[in-house]
Amino acid sequence: MSTDGYQTYYVPEKSRLPIFMAIGLAVTVIGAGTMMNDLTAGVEDSSAHWVMFTGFIIIAATLYTWFAKVIAENHSGLYSGQLNRSFVWGMGWFIFSEVMFFAAFFGALYYVRNLAVPWLAGEGDKGISAMLWPEFQAAWPLMETPDATQFAGPKEVIHPWGLPLVNTILLLSSSVTVHLAHTALKAGNRARLKMWLAITIVLGLAFLGFQIEEYAEAYNELGLTLKSGIYGSTFFMLTGFHGAHVTIGAFMLTVMLLRAFKGHFTPQEHFGFEAASWYWHFVDVVWVGLFIFVYIM
Amino acid sequence: MLSKAIPCRLWIGVLLFLSLTVRADWEVNMTPGVTEVSQQIYDLHMIIFWICVIIGVVVFGIMFWSIIAHRKSLGAKPATFHESTTVEIIWTAIPFAILIGMAIPATSALINIYDPSESDLDIKVTGYQWKWHYDYIEEGVGFFSNLSTPTDEIYNRRDKNEHYLLEVDEPLVVPINKKVRFLVTANDVIHSWWVPEIAVKKDAIPGFVNEAWTIIPEPGIYRGQCAELCGKDHGFMPIVVEAKTQEDYDAWIAQRQEAAAKERELRDKVWTLEGLMARGEKVYATNCAACHNADGSGIPPAFPALKGSAIATGPIQSHIDIVLKGKPGTYMAAFGSQLSPVELAAVITYERNAWGNSKGDMIQPVDIANMQTAE
Amino acid sequence: MSAVLESHDHSHDHHGPAKGWRRWVYTTNHKDIGTLYLWFSFIMFLTGGCMALVIRAELFEPGLQIVEPEFFNQMTTMHGLIMVFGAVMPAFVGLANWLIPMMIGAPDMALPRMNNLSFWILPFAFALLLSTLFMEEGAPNFGWTFYAPLSTTYAPSTVTYFIFGVHIMGASSIMGAINIIATILNLRTPQMTLMKMPLFVWTWLITAYLLIAVMPVLAGVVTMMLMDIHFGTSFFSAAGGGDPVLFQHVFWFFGHPEVYIMILPAFGIVSQIIPTFSRKKLFGYTSMVYATSSIAFLSFIVWAHHMFTVGMPLAGELFFMYATMLIAVPTGVKVFNWVATMFKGALTFETPMLYAVAFVVLFTIGGFSGLMLAIAPVDFQYHDTYFVVAHFHYVLVPGAIFGIFAGVYYWLPKWCGNMYDEKLGKLHFWLSFVGMNMTFFPMHFVGLAGMPRRIPDYALQFADFNQIASVGAFIFGTTQLLFLFIVIKTIVSGKKATAEVWDNPEGLEWTIPSPAPYHTFSTPPDVK
Ligand code: HEA
Ligand code: HEA
Ligand code: HEC
Ligand code: CUA
Ligand SMILES: [Cu+2]
Repeated sequence: MSTDGYQTYYVPEKSRLPIFMAIGLAVTVIGAGTMMNDLTAGVEDSSAHWVMFTGFIIIAATLYTWFAKVIAENHSGLYSGQLNRSFVWGMGWFIFSEVMFFAAFFGALYYVRNLAVPWLAGEGDKGISAMLWPEFQAAWPLMETPDATQFAGPKEVIHPWGLPLVNTILLLSSSVTVHLAHTALKAGNRARLKMWLAITIVLGLAFLGFQIEEYAEAYNELGLTLKSGIYGSTFFMLTGFHGAHVTIGAFMLTVMLLRAFKGHFTPQEHFGFEAASWYWHFVDVVWVGLFIFVYIM
Repeated sequence: MLSKAIPCRLWIGVLLFLSLTVRADWEVNMTPGVTEVSQQIYDLHMIIFWICVIIGVVVFGIMFWSIIAHRKSLGAKPATFHESTTVEIIWTAIPFAILIGMAIPATSALINIYDPSESDLDIKVTGYQWKWHYDYIEEGVGFFSNLSTPTDEIYNRRDKNEHYLLEVDEPLVVPINKKVRFLVTANDVIHSWWVPEIAVKKDAIPGFVNEAWTIIPEPGIYRGQCAELCGKDHGFMPIVVEAKTQEDYDAWIAQRQEAAAKERELRDKVWTLEGLMARGEKVYATNCAACHNADGSGIPPAFPALKGSAIATGPIQSHIDIVLKGKPGTYMAAFGSQLSPVELAAVITYERNAWGNSKGDMIQPVDIANMQTAE
Repeated sequence: MSAVLESHDHSHDHHGPAKGWRRWVYTTNHKDIGTLYLWFSFIMFLTGGCMALVIRAELFEPGLQIVEPEFFNQMTTMHGLIMVFGAVMPAFVGLANWLIPMMIGAPDMALPRMNNLSFWILPFAFALLLSTLFMEEGAPNFGWTFYAPLSTTYAPSTVTYFIFGVHIMGASSIMGAINIIATILNLRTPQMTLMKMPLFVWTWLITAYLLIAVMPVLAGVVTMMLMDIHFGTSFFSAAGGGDPVLFQHVFWFFGHPEVYIMILPAFGIVSQIIPTFSRKKLFGYTSMVYATSSIAFLSFIVWAHHMFTVGMPLAGELFFMYATMLIAVPTGVKVFNWVATMFKGALTFETPMLYAVAFVVLFTIGGFSGLMLAIAPVDFQYHDTYFVVAHFHYVLVPGAIFGIFAGVYYWLPKWCGNMYDEKLGKLHFWLSFVGMNMTFFPMHFVGLAGMPRRIPDYALQFADFNQIASVGAFIFGTTQLLFLFIVIKTIVSGKKATAEVWDNPEGLEWTIPSPAPYHTFSTPPDVK
């Protein structure tokens, strides 16, 4: 029988990990949903967030066990090149799904900026809508919303050439350093691998720190909030989800660093590391999009 | 055994389908309507329909031919062909050509519907949960149009009349042979203003305005319905358009303007409790009973009872506030912009004194009007 | 040389399933998971069907009889959501799980543990969704398309659970789709080139791609809703500079590909069945692959045909009209190929074939009404009427659902080793066929005559056809209990099926014994 290109393929026996994961997820969303409803309804003695945290803990514990198991299986020689290719496809398509998630928000930004806001102000095909908002002027960033009593516009917005520029430089260099870490790993130079990886993580954390600072400034000084109309909505939605992804990416890289210290990865076989680094590059690319479309333009 | 029955039953099905659809008078087809646009749309609809029927007959014909003639039980031996680039190209090209044939009249119809030329009359149409408001912008006339079918008919306590669910208290009145432009918008959620016989269907989007127009060539009453799910009573917000000759229309407008002047007078006079109660009962029935129920018992938990409610039996100012400003985020709308001062004063007074609520206090229309101008 | 390794910690039994509930909860076996998906989907079909029966009972005659408008809207919404996300999609994933590894000679799915996860989060998601029915404010009531602001500012608070439910369903679909793509691209037996794959595998490959591309967009739009509801953003509120129509654009960018997600696997099933019972190779295999790909591509650029009446600029209307019409071309190619496959074959009409033939005819009728809807100016009259309801039930019920029935009858003997009862199968078909047409055909008429959808009560002139439709719905619904009976009967007492089951069918799944052993293809098989 022919086996070219078809190596041994490891099929795991039954596992209790997924059901724990599913339960964790369910507990989390029940908690999160109830928490938000309570928040909006002004319920004061809500304890729903504890449910959510319980869910988080179940998820975290399951994920930890899950990955530990995968790594152990890999180290015991169960995995083949073909199985690794499944992981490659899996990670690749997962990143594609993330791209589409961001695409929805970029699409929304494009739509409100180029269509909805001008229409409300009397420009373009549906400009007649301006009869409902006689005072409203189109502008981007949108400082005055159509109905300021409901959505007070921001006093000012974040300028691209301060913190955002610094953040751009940080993230772009982190893409380079993670690549250097990869090259080092392939060359079998573990000391450099650890060094570049650590630098990458530091850059990522610095980025997050600056972003927190930026948010604090926006909320405390500029009046730029989620509630300040469509500019604030798109701004925080895009940068916020990006920030969340940077956090996840930084976490993944940290795990990889710990694994590197434990002596995992060989110059030939290090898919875990590669997956994390792809994710990191993806997060960077999204940032470049953000920098251009949210901050500069 | 059953399998032998397939072709004949399917054929019967197809024939039934054809025979039913051509009987256009049996409410099985789209209305040709009364306007040029509605005719054009109807014709287009029929063209596309017949093209589909013909394609269907050909494709299903060949298929049923195989089903009848090439069955194993009749000793058919399977052929071995399974590919032909030529055939594939042919049956890609022919449908493509047919589609182009369809696209041409469709495009010209659409361009006709998007005609941007000046109109003779502008009417702003605003969708509310669950009624329509019409504003004759230049004439300064505006009113709400509510479902007028009695609840008893809806709940089968009485026989349904001919225009069940398609009748309103105040129809939209338009002149014939004039280009009427509708500026369609909404106050709360998305609605859609649709009258089949003039082939106008435009979504009413809160915060935006959509344009549509019609020229109705003959007097008549044309009925339609809200065509976008807009909450509980989406099925109960009909549209009635009354097309009148220019003279009748002018008379109607004059009468409307006079009524508005009278309303102003009513606003300024001092009302008695009985007067307000009598008026309030009517206002309540058309505007409030849908949620709070005719006997004030509400539909708990979503819609609170007013009978014995803390607000309806408490200080009058908070009662006025909730009726005028509504409660954002709930179904309780801001009626301040929807009802006249007289109606507001009447309904508030009514709620405080009906169904065993017996505050005995009242509010005058003029006070409401003053509160509104003070804002 | 053995190609499959199994873990060493369970040395007791490598080749059979575990016993008891643990088998199902902990399983990583593609056949077990396929079975779970299929049963789950059937339960959801009955649940969603019961809701449809509530709708049809209320619409039996004019006036409000059984339910209040509030609850009616909840039924419509939950019916749509459950049928789409709970019945049709999981059924197809179940079929994919059972069949794709067997069709391509793979030992299992590529990522078996994740496979279990994708299934097991679904019952939680639907439990959450269904639990809203018992909450004080009631279930979501804004239609399965949940247009803002009815679904945001004006929604019951249970919308929050609905949003999280959708997130979980999305996660399930994305993981399922990633798994299927990885399996197809990575686990084929070496000689099986892409262009030798069975069409069911091809259609699923393309479906999986659509899923990964659009489910995240759905997640994005419900997240925007969540932000508008709880965190004060104004995506869908003009007062803050947003636009309710933005919601519709993002939703339908997901929603239109979604409807092809619900039909492409059925195309695949029918393309497997028709050749078998025509005893002739599928006509135009290559063009079938290209047609499916073109449908998938076009599905991304037609979304606004659901929005012809929202007041788009003329250029937009024209573009979306033309693009939508174009889909008739590749779909036509598929229909013609099926007919050409039957042409000059040696046809027999076992139950799967009956369903497949009905599929071709009735789906095409649904496609024709789709094409009529695509003509923008005429859609001004059709939009949001029962004509649309008739259209999508014709493509979904005799389309997706009949496709699934066809597939189940076709492969059931392979799954459980027993033959189903042919007489009962045919009875199930004919009753379904009559019931289904009786339910949905009259909807064309009332729709054209002007009956809007999503209403609990209607004007008198629509009464007759609604009555027929309601009777049909109960016939069709009750018939599905017969289906349940047939399946159970087959599992417990059918007569033994051979490995081939049918008369010389094509495909690797027929080379293994019936029932298919718990683990198949531990070594890659040869293909011609
Ligand atoms: C399985 C699901 C499915 C499928 C396959 C389709 C297929 C198609 N649909 Fe449908 N559609 C839905 C599910 C589906 N739809 C749903 C659920 C809704 C409503 C959503 C809601 O609002 O709730 C909807 C609504 C809907 C609308 C919006 C209507 C409205 O709300 O106003 C439109 C408009 O263009 C449309 C068009 C089409 C077209 C052109 C096709 C085409 O793919 C059909 C192509 C097929 C053929 C044309 C037949 C075979 C071809 C030939 C034999 C070749 C020769 C033919 C010619 C040249 C004519 N659909
Ligand atoms: C795949 C999808 C799918 C399927 C299979 C169906 C199946 C059916 N649908 Fe549905 N439908 C939709 C998708 C689907 N629908 C969507 C997307 C909408 C739009 C929703 C919206 O507007 O938001 C819709 C809307 C819709 C409406 C319009 C509602 C409205 O506008 O207000 C109607 C009305 O008749 C209807 C009817 C039916 C019927 C009678 C069936 C029948 O085929 C159902 C058959 C019945 C059964 C299967 C029941 C079997 C069970 C029993 C007999 C009892 C067993 C009991 C126990 C087990 C306890 N559907
Ligand atoms: C669309 C449904 C709807 C309509 C129509 C409606 N209401 Fe209400 N109303 C509500 C809801 C919901 C509340 C509860 C708001 C809340 O959560 O406090 C409410 C609350 C009230 C209250 C306060 C009751 C209390 O004790 O909390 C008053 C008074 C009231 N409405 C008066 C009116 C009047 C007067 C009208 C007609 C002019 C009217 N409503 C029409 C839905 C409606
Ligand atoms: Cu208003 Cu539906
Ligand atoms: Cu579509």
